[in-house]
Amino acid sequence: MPHDHHDHLSPSGHPYRQDNDGALTYWQTMEIAIRELMIEKGELTPAQIQEQIDAMDARSPANGAAVVARAWTDPDFKKRLLENGSDAAREMGFDIGPMHLVAVENTSDTHNLIVCTLCSCYPRNLLGLPPDWYKTREYRSRAVREPRAVLREFGVELPESTTLRVHDSTADMRYIVLPARPVGTENLNAEDLAKLVTRDSMIGTGLPKAP
Amino acid sequence: MEHPERRWHDMGGDAAGPVPMDSHDFAIWEKRVDALVILGQQRGHFTVDGLRRALEDMGEQAFESMTYYERWVASLNQNLIEAGVYTLEELGTKMEEVKARGDTYGAVQS
Repeated sequence: MPHDHHDHLSPSGHPYRQDNDGALTYWQTMEIAIRELMIEKGELTPAQIQEQIDAMDARSPANGAAVVARAWTDPDFKKRLLENGSDAAREMGFDIGPMHLVAVENTSDTHNLIVCTLCSCYPRNLLGLPPDWYKTREYRSRAVREPRAVLREFGVELPESTTLRVHDSTADMRYIVLPARPVGTENLNAEDLAKLVTRDSMIGTGLPKAP
Repeated sequence: MEHPERRWHDMGGDAAGPVPMDSHDFAIWEKRVDALVILGQQRGHFTVDGLRRALEDMGEQAFESMTYYERWVASLNQNLIEAGVYTLEELGTKMEEVKARGDTYGAVQS
């Protein structure tokens, strides 16, 4: 049961999912068995597995926010980002892997939204693991059918005159939204601008914070 | 079935209810599944398409009844067996061995 522990909230404010203290499940048993077999057969070491977990834990929306803030303050970088998102992100030192990253720009008259209707493809190397709602039937189905209604559920009301583009990701090609720079931020540097960039603003279900 | 020409996972455009905003922190076993899926691919045993193929073949019932990483560990297992990393019998024996160690995830780690 995914939500047994609503009375115990983690530091992030989310309920803990049943973990080490719950009854061992069939699928947890399978994970342990696979891991131990791979180690016994010399496929992987425990250290390699832990390093991969640590690398994934270290990826967070802060990485994407740094890329966005750089694009807001460095027109040449922004041009490179829109031309080739993977190379521009690599230029900042982020490990993008083989993923083809496409940055799509929000402007005063255009808003972009990303989804993966087929599964859960997400720019995980830049934003970390996707939020649970991104993987739900409801979001996957409706983001391409009634995106304005979906955005309203996230508290985003777009003017009717705004063009809304919805981008459907694939396993090999993943989008990230370059949000529009908020007004009144002319005097902020990249570091302070990055603090305004939320995860949802890079998915398109949110807007950057006001300064 | 609303669109018999599409498979169940091709759900873009279907009608559905409000987006559930519930969220959770990933458990260590989920992070381990994620890591094993990435590393299994890096070892050349399968591709992201192989992962997807097994997930899609599980069908809609699995999507509705299993959590995300439960489906991932099932797909990981299928791909590794197909790649010959271990046999179904080895998996079964190991799972019995793990279960015999205790009743909770924390207690059965070797």
